[in-house]
Amino acid sequence: MRTLIFLLLSFLTSTLALAGVKIEHWIAPSGAKVYFVETRVVPILDVQLDFAAGGAFVPAGKSGLAGLTQGLLETGAGDLDEEHIAGRLVDIGARLGGGADSDRASVSLRTLSDKSQREAALDLLRTVLSAPTFPQSVLERERGRTIASIREAETRPDAIAAKRFAAAIYPGHPYGVSPTVESVGAITREDLVAFHRQHYGAKGAVVSIIGDVSRAEAEAIAQRLTEALPAGGGDLVPPAVTLPVRETIKIAHPAAQSHIHIGLPAIRRSDPDYFPLLVGNYTLGGGGFVSRLMKEVREKRGYAYSVYSYFAPRKLEGPFEIGLQTKREQVPEALKVVDEVLTEYVAKGPTAKELAAAKKNLVDGFALRMDSNAKLLGYLSTIGFYELPLTYLDDFPAKVKAVTAQQVKAAFARHVKAENLVTVIVATD
Amino acid sequence: MKPLLAAFTVLAFAVAPAPTLANPFETQLANGLRVIVKEDHRAPTVVHMVWYRAGSMDEKDGTSGVAHALEHLMFKGTKTLPAGEFNKRVAEAGGRDNAFTSRDYTAYFQIVPKAALPEMMQLEADRMANLKLDPKEFASEMKVVMEERRLRTDDNPHALVSEALNSLMFQAHPYRRPIIGWMDDLEHMTWQDARDWYRQWYTPNNAYVLVVGDVDHREVFRLAQKYYGPIKQHALPERKPQNEPEQVGIRRVSVKAPAKLPYLAMAWKAPKLRDVQKDRDPYALDVLATVLDGHDASRFARNLVRGSRVAQSAGASYDATLRGEADFVLDGQPAEGKTIADLEAALRAEIKRVQDEGVSAEELTRVKTQSIAAQIYKRDSLMAQAMEIGGVEAAGQSWRDIDTLLEKIKSVTADEVQAVARKYFTDDTLSIAVLDPQPVDQSKPKKPSGAVRH
Repeated sequence: MRTLIFLLLSFLTSTLALAGVKIEHWIAPSGAKVYFVETRVVPILDVQLDFAAGGAFVPAGKSGLAGLTQGLLETGAGDLDEEHIAGRLVDIGARLGGGADSDRASVSLRTLSDKSQREAALDLLRTVLSAPTFPQSVLERERGRTIASIREAETRPDAIAAKRFAAAIYPGHPYGVSPTVESVGAITREDLVAFHRQHYGAKGAVVSIIGDVSRAEAEAIAQRLTEALPAGGGDLVPPAVTLPVRETIKIAHPAAQSHIHIGLPAIRRSDPDYFPLLVGNYTLGGGGFVSRLMKEVREKRGYAYSVYSYFAPRKLEGPFEIGLQTKREQVPEALKVVDEVLTEYVAKGPTAKELAAAKKNLVDGFALRMDSNAKLLGYLSTIGFYELPLTYLDDFPAKVKAVTAQQVKAAFARHVKAENLVTVIVATD
Repeated sequence: MKPLLAAFTVLAFAVAPAPTLANPFETQLANGLRVIVKEDHRAPTVVHMVWYRAGSMDEKDGTSGVAHALEHLMFKGTKTLPAGEFNKRVAEAGGRDNAFTSRDYTAYFQIVPKAALPEMMQLEADRMANLKLDPKEFASEMKVVMEERRLRTDDNPHALVSEALNSLMFQAHPYRRPIIGWMDDLEHMTWQDARDWYRQWYTPNNAYVLVVGDVDHREVFRLAQKYYGPIKQHALPERKPQNEPEQVGIRRVSVKAPAKLPYLAMAWKAPKLRDVQKDRDPYALDVLATVLDGHDASRFARNLVRGSRVAQSAGASYDATLRGEADFVLDGQPAEGKTIADLEAALRAEIKRVQDEGVSAEELTRVKTQSIAAQIYKRDSLMAQAMEIGGVEAAGQSWRDIDTLLEKIKSVTADEVQAVARKYFTDDTLSIAVLDPQPVDQSKPKKPSGAVRH
């Protein structure tokens, strides 16, 4: 591969839409919010449930609880043990997925839409969501595996850098806390049961459905999946974010390459500066090979294979980050170039030509990243979880086109202040 | 209900000899370039790919990594297009693009709104024939390639183990060399090496174009003739077989790197797919890999990770569709408190159990269910469909074989699976590589490399 960038960017840069997608929305009798697109082209059905059950809502000292709760849902539910659940999914060709980030926990299902397979798959999904048993022996095993991965991650420069960066830009805030050997070791079965009860309720749950079913079928599916959920849930907001003070943190490691992260908490998903920052970041470091960072750091100087910037908006201020890796003896030169590119961009914003190119890519590429059910499912859940307007996809091209260079400059000035920028360098001399 | 039945029907028909499916479509230009089009009208987008049948296995000692280096240089301009302009044109069309190099091939792709297809074909055709290799661009890009090697391999313990395993199990066959190249070869690569590579292998008779998406195949054929048609072909260098001599005796290698968990990889020599119709063993090995590690209810997950808890992770992989030589790999990390020896014994015990007891009817049914579902899910992604076609074509089979390959997998019996487990898993053809984890704080930084050296 020529670059990792397309795996790394996501977030702001992947927020695009297919014209003419009709999103239907209603509130299920259970109280869950439902978002639905009917599409019959491929005989499949995708369903995803999102809950305000991310790492930000975990009690102090129990970091890792959100991920373990989500991960253990399918290891025992109702009268089924994990082997039965795994076997049944395989027998019908269905797949369960999902995960937990800072804000939300997600559980997704992909199944063939043929009625017998679909019904069996939805039954299973309902059971794991509503009646997980969190068996003690499975908890012990998965705690052990999680602790082993944490210890392994503590030896890897990329993982060390990501963890230290989060901690440094979110001092004292749950967004900055990562699971540790101690915090995972302290998680009990009672913690899982309580976290599920409090955070996996129908109220506030978002159900996204796309595929080969009718509106009436989708209504029944949404209700069936949420009617037996626990009573908890509802509007939850993590504590307020405070901005960090500018600093540079260096961490010793024997790697050949230094891993560098530069950034700060920047933007909420609901912020009106979303579009100026989306368009603006394309030129800075979001637009793959044509971004300024890529041109200056990689194309002109050969300092790095991968260099990028992104905004990852969350309920509260999600991070802005510039990332790169460069051989350790080259860190000062690479940092200098990054600093010059960022400073210049924040001060002056994009040129008229750059702004036009960014808009052209985002608008003309509108169809591109919405051309599958899997991609659309992601947008449905984001629209639902972050309470974006139902017309979000329809409005997208006009919102992009309306962005001015002045707005980009002003938005960067508001959200990317030099005095709050934190730099983390792992494996440097 | 209807669409699913239709899908099953297509698969069922494939048992009969060569069904005449209307889609995909293929043509060949006079210069030898083959053009394969799969129409899929669900969204106004298109994937355009050019695959060259030249990968790291075609390199020579001393210039390992040149296939991949040239892949990078293909973005550095042609006689008429300045460096960087290719990416810019794709981006302005609303698309994205990239490329990848394997042991068997090098491939380039753009995913674009359908209106941009002619421009993409024009751009790819241009760099098929008119690449400008500038020594200055070359020197700068080689630094990027060396950073890529540091990122992917030098600082990645599992990649180092995999590299060591390949060069252990293959001594004559070119699969022994890493795709990205040895660092020393990258340091000494010249722009003439890249130019020679380009001149030898980048010719329409060594390539095929794939277009998947919202297109009319006749229009694509016409555009292909217009843009790729005028390119002159030339003869290819001779490809020597370079077959690996028979391995007689177990081989072992150990790699030290900063890490916490040890890692084990065991590779047995295995047959590859040569004759889609007549072969049986490759299909049976494929089924065996799925029984061991194809899904959440497979044996490794059930027995080694969840059951005995000997493994933090455990995997089985086998790829029969390739140009070179095949292997069957088992790998994994022991759980905390367990050793490499424990894991190796457990993996071997799983093979022995298949040798002694075979596999169940339920397990075979699950393999079939999984492969049918996977084919239907693949239709949700243009890129996945393009990669499937590209992959079988690269290995020397045809997209026409894809349905047959699936049918053959579904026809595998329990006896056949047991037979291949007995036949191919002997210590004489086994190579084992192990990661010996080193404490991070005691590991010394590596010597600076990749700079000008004296």
